[in-house]
Amino acid sequence: MRQFIERHTFWAIVIAVVAALFLWLIAAVWPDWLIDALGRKKTFVNTLLNGITLGGLYFLVASGFTLVFGLMRNVNLAHGSMYLLGAYIGYEVAEASGNWFLGLAAAFVAIGLSGMLLQVLVFRRMEGDDLRQTLVTIGISIIAADLMLAVWTGTTYQFQPPEWLFGAASLPVVSVIKASGDPVYIKYPVYRLSVLFVAVAVGIGLWLFLNRTRVGMMIRAGVNDREMLSATGVNVQLVFALVFAIGAGLAGFAGVVGGTALSIAPGEDLRYLLASLIVVIVGGLGSVTGAAIGALLIGLAEQFGLAYFPTYGVVLTFLIMVVVLAVRPQGIMGER
Amino acid sequence: MNARSLFSGRHSVSDIHPAAIATVVVLIAYPTFASDFFVFQIGAYSLILGTIALSLMMLAGYGGMVSLAQMTVAGLAGYLVAILGDNSVEVMGLDWPWWLFVPTAILGAALFSAFVGAVAVRTEGIYTIMITLAIAVAFFYLVRQNYVLFNGWTGFAGVEPPTLLGVYWRDPVPFYYLSLAVAGFFFLAVLYASRSTFGLGLQAIRDNPRRMRALGYNVTLHRIVAYFLSGLIAATAGVLFVWFNGRISSGSVGVGIVIDILVIAVIGGIRHPVGPFLGALAFVLLENFAIDLIDRERFNTVIGVAFLLVVLFSPDGLIGIWHRIRPRLRIGGSTRSKSGRVERVDRHAAGSLEQT
Repeated sequence: MRQFIERHTFWAIVIAVVAALFLWLIAAVWPDWLIDALGRKKTFVNTLLNGITLGGLYFLVASGFTLVFGLMRNVNLAHGSMYLLGAYIGYEVAEASGNWFLGLAAAFVAIGLSGMLLQVLVFRRMEGDDLRQTLVTIGISIIAADLMLAVWTGTTYQFQPPEWLFGAASLPVVSVIKASGDPVYIKYPVYRLSVLFVAVAVGIGLWLFLNRTRVGMMIRAGVNDREMLSATGVNVQLVFALVFAIGAGLAGFAGVVGGTALSIAPGEDLRYLLASLIVVIVGGLGSVTGAAIGALLIGLAEQFGLAYFPTYGVVLTFLIMVVVLAVRPQGIMGER
Repeated sequence: MNARSLFSGRHSVSDIHPAAIATVVVLIAYPTFASDFFVFQIGAYSLILGTIALSLMMLAGYGGMVSLAQMTVAGLAGYLVAILGDNSVEVMGLDWPWWLFVPTAILGAALFSAFVGAVAVRTEGIYTIMITLAIAVAFFYLVRQNYVLFNGWTGFAGVEPPTLLGVYWRDPVPFYYLSLAVAGFFFLAVLYASRSTFGLGLQAIRDNPRRMRALGYNVTLHRIVAYFLSGLIAATAGVLFVWFNGRISSGSVGVGIVIDILVIAVIGGIRHPVGPFLGALAFVLLENFAIDLIDRERFNTVIGVAFLLVVLFSPDGLIGIWHRIRPRLRIGGSTRSKSGRVERVDRHAAGSLEQT
């Protein structure tokens, strides 16, 4: 943090100003001129929270993607298919057992295993060959999308999550003061807040895993010098299969989490693949912190675009990408 | 095959392979023995898709840059034709004369392609794929959501080619010859360009950008120009594409078809300009006749499996398969050692699909 401020004083100031502005916008009761300019405060706060929670969801998907790519240089463009397959499997299990959490676990395990299979059968055979990996995984995602369409048809599915996760919580944020003087508090769905909570927990967990555990150390060493790591007696292939399983499992996990917040339908695979692509391009390939920053930026851009200028909303996401690439081609947290 | 003789670099009349002449004769005589369906839906459509894939082949094969935005460039040209020209949807349709809107559409889309290049060339390899894919999808969502310029989800209908010299150019036979002329022109242009100073520079940059930079070449500019030129090809095909369909909508630039272009180029082979056309023909034939084999709904599985098999077993696509079986057919052929050497060199190229 302190290092960052010293090295990038200008950006630190910009970030601090923007953060302060947002905090003021959330905390203050809006004066009339602001309401005239931006609309009701409730819309703004809801959009902000939607953006942050969507960013959390994007982080869950993109962190797995960036973990696999950044550490093993495996380009898995079937990551979106894993998200969708995880959602479907989780749905089936949750429906059959009546337990939402069982669905969540099943999605994580099943997609983790299929990811491990993919690593052993496909990626191990074409190590270091980005383009072929890309093409093969595109082929796999085309087939997977079509087969999922055949099995689960074009219907939209909706989860039945546990009740205590649903409903709205009253936030300690005042939207307007009534004529009588009573403050009106903003309400927000509990589930979306818990998505954010889970995303933060997963992010911290990943960081601790990579930076504070022995296996994480092995993984980072293997990225830098695979031969040397295997010479020290570590089973490199086993470590990499494990990482792939975690990355893929996260996609399946996110499938259930995202499928509950929104819905499951064909085409979602591409949406989340693209979200993870843009997130890691903006954040920097291979950096979990970068994925978090990128996911937050893209989630906010998408929601604010949708709320305030719907027809050109996409352009905002795109602009962020172009600006980041122009300034830092390797992404915000990327290293060259 | 014509591929080999044209690839060798020398080209006097006596060098042209008989197979090349035969192919040209068959292509020109095609409408005399084929039905309208085969001329229009198979022939012209393959040529148009092949030309769009050709622009990708040029970037990927010679430049080592796999751009997924080629269909987007073609789609933008198509949209510009509908916006600047005439359509039946009462949105936009500025009604410019054709000799004005066709060059404008092509040039505009090519400039957009150069812009895509400018964004993408600062990075390499998988980054290029991701960025161009992201641009393609951003464009898709933009045209789907924007009703003022692009008429949203529905897009434009009733986009007609002009009637010129007393010929209605959307009739199957004239349209086929128009597509053939465009495809043939760009096929030869890409072949010529690949042997020009610019093309050789591009291939050298593909193989070793650092060395070329050290030699004083402007690597970034070379690459952006390559994007611009490939944009000209894709945009011209895009104009034909919108005339072929008579309509253009957000679905015309959707993710599915964006990836189809990559599938076509890879199935055919990205080493030689013939590849995209072979791939397009295979794709269109599969698209039209796979329903006779299986349920129409499962076309994507068929094309996906075909794509996967080609990527896994013949990294050079259909051309690669041909090159592999040819030595067995012709024992002791004099070109064998030469082709072997060429392939070995290419295998180390950055844009090569061969496993290193």
